[in-house]
Amino acid sequence: MIILLVLPVLMILMFGFAISTEIKNARFAVYDPSHDLATQKIIDKINSSEYFTLDTYIIDPSQIETVFQKGEIGLVVEFSENFYKNIVQTGEAQILLIADGTDPNTASTLVNYVSRLIAAYQLEQMVLTGKLPYQIDVKVKLLYNPTLKGAYTTVPGVMGLILMLICAMMTSVSIAREKELGTMEVILVSPMPPLLIILSKVIPYFTISIINYLTILALGVYVLDVPVEGSFILLSLLSLLFIFVSLALGLLISSLVRTQMAALLGSVMGLMLPAVLLSGLMFPIENMPLFLQVIAQFIPAKWFIAAVKEVMIMGLGVGSILREMAVLGIMAIVLITLSLRKFKTRLE
Amino acid sequence: MLRYLIEKEFKQIKRNKFIPRLIFIMPLFAMIIFPYAANFDVKNIDLSIIDHDKSTQSQILVQKIQSSGYFRISNVSNSYDEAMKSIEANESDVILEIPLDFEKNLMRSQHTNLMISANAVNGNKGGLGSAYLANIIADYNQDVRIEHLKSAGNVAIPSMELVPLFRYNSMLRYEVFIVPALLVMILAMITGFLPTLNIVSEKQSGTIEQMNVTPVKKWTFILSKLIPYWIIGYVVVTIAMGIALFYWNLKPSGSLLTIYLFTSLFIVAFSGFGLVISNYASTVQQAILMMFFFMLTFIFLSGLWTPVENMPYWAQLISNISPLKYIMQVFRLVYLKGSSFSELHRQFFALLAFAIFFYSWAILSYRKTE
Repeated sequence: MIILLVLPVLMILMFGFAISTEIKNARFAVYDPSHDLATQKIIDKINSSEYFTLDTYIIDPSQIETVFQKGEIGLVVEFSENFYKNIVQTGEAQILLIADGTDPNTASTLVNYVSRLIAAYQLEQMVLTGKLPYQIDVKVKLLYNPTLKGAYTTVPGVMGLILMLICAMMTSVSIAREKELGTMEVILVSPMPPLLIILSKVIPYFTISIINYLTILALGVYVLDVPVEGSFILLSLLSLLFIFVSLALGLLISSLVRTQMAALLGSVMGLMLPAVLLSGLMFPIENMPLFLQVIAQFIPAKWFIAAVKEVMIMGLGVGSILREMAVLGIMAIVLITLSLRKFKTRLE
Repeated sequence: MLRYLIEKEFKQIKRNKFIPRLIFIMPLFAMIIFPYAANFDVKNIDLSIIDHDKSTQSQILVQKIQSSGYFRISNVSNSYDEAMKSIEANESDVILEIPLDFEKNLMRSQHTNLMISANAVNGNKGGLGSAYLANIIADYNQDVRIEHLKSAGNVAIPSMELVPLFRYNSMLRYEVFIVPALLVMILAMITGFLPTLNIVSEKQSGTIEQMNVTPVKKWTFILSKLIPYWIIGYVVVTIAMGIALFYWNLKPSGSLLTIYLFTSLFIVAFSGFGLVISNYASTVQQAILMMFFFMLTFIFLSGLWTPVENMPYWAQLISNISPLKYIMQVFRLVYLKGSSFSELHRQFFALLAFAIFFYSWAILSYRKTE
């Protein structure tokens, strides 16, 4: 049982820290046949930024391949010959940025950063020589998350995942267990009304979910520095609604299956995987092919996570999450009526 | 003896409604649906434009942004507040504000500015999106400069050309990155979960005690539980590699032999881990939770989605105890870079150490009685 309370802590730390798209101290190598003032300055400039650390100088271009194959270097900066001379005279100096494309995002981020550093160097040179015509200054403002922390996406995501996991999976497995052991029949022949039986099965997981919700929120705020911009009460109401939906799903699954194994596989295949993949927890939905986008609309966690982001990170009010609330509400009603009906028929 | 036990396991697997289907459905699902969904690509960024200037130059700039392929212009707003509304409604991700007299300032006083505001709730998208946009603007700026200086007769602008090249994945296809790692995921799921659940469910239903009172040796019994799943592991990985080849057009640039060698080592090592779990769990529910807990840790620290080097130092240290990290490195290196066994010593010994460690632990913690 302890694992149910520890799991969220672990997950939030994992997601919060381990899924990091920030790049720090990426190692790069340099092939510099010209060895002049300009190349030296550019290398220094790249090396002194917080993103890059110079690893080696390559002496022969054939070494580039071997450097990459060891898999430790993400980028090779290759200067053309007579670099400085060409800058000044012909304007045809060339820098080749060879990135390890294995991870496309890291590769394009590295190339982006280096290009910016080199552009900054160029600008400095132009200012020095007194020429800076037609300059456009670009101001970039990063809304809501100025330091681009990954935790801002993962905390709402993990919240959805954990609540779904605890409520739906655990409820369905524990009811299926009683069925499998035969103790369910004992309870069913007792004078207890079915509604009470369901409630007694559901309430422990409901309590655990609420504890989990509060733990995740506390960890998010105090450990990962994710703010709660909007109203805490609204956020809690939203989470309660989502917990109801998840519990109802768990009940439904348990009424459809007979063994623990089936309950478990049903929840993993039918809930966990879609909740991880299609909820927008990690992967942006808008990049997916249309049929996956359509399926995503039926996943409760998708709506919950979107609404949590709006309330928690963007600090918006009730007005902007009405649609999400309505969808979750309808899902709750449909699921609860369905599972109650299924449950009653089994009594006879 | 072992042969009959294995025969019994295979009969049980065959009678099980679920497992034979899993062997085919799981690789299919994971290898075809997953790469579409598990995609960190940043494209289709919705852009909201506030063009106060409405001049020729601002039109050219917008055109240039549009033709870059990264951005979709979702709306054209009249004010910043209006654009903010579209961000709040999740209709756009990035706002570009072009000030009044943009063209006039650029041409006359040769200095002007632009403002980009990006919704950074998703840090990856916000960061890359604004960087892409800034790069396009810098490009445009250079165009303007060259065009006007040339017409003024001043040709020698000190400039340099930047040429980005992406090795091993020149089109930056995300599938190339994710598919080899998914092979490992499937393998870990099959060889980790299935034998463990099998042993624990025998424990739970009490049939394991019947086994314990027979003269069957401890090792024979365990091997009879593992060997069927090793075989299934090979079958599944082969099916998955077939899908990678025919559907994604991805084949290992290194040798298949290296891949199968490491696959065998990993299958043995990881099912050892499953044995350890099965020794400690007494119900299926417990086994699943424990397995889930460790699997999650292993997967996250393996670098499946984000490189291990980007993680904080403590996470990098912990990542060394994830067997998945090593096998994932092997699959990626062999698939993409064609590394051979001689470059993979470190991973080989790491996996070997895991195998020895898990089996010793499993033997020490296994009790036939009680």
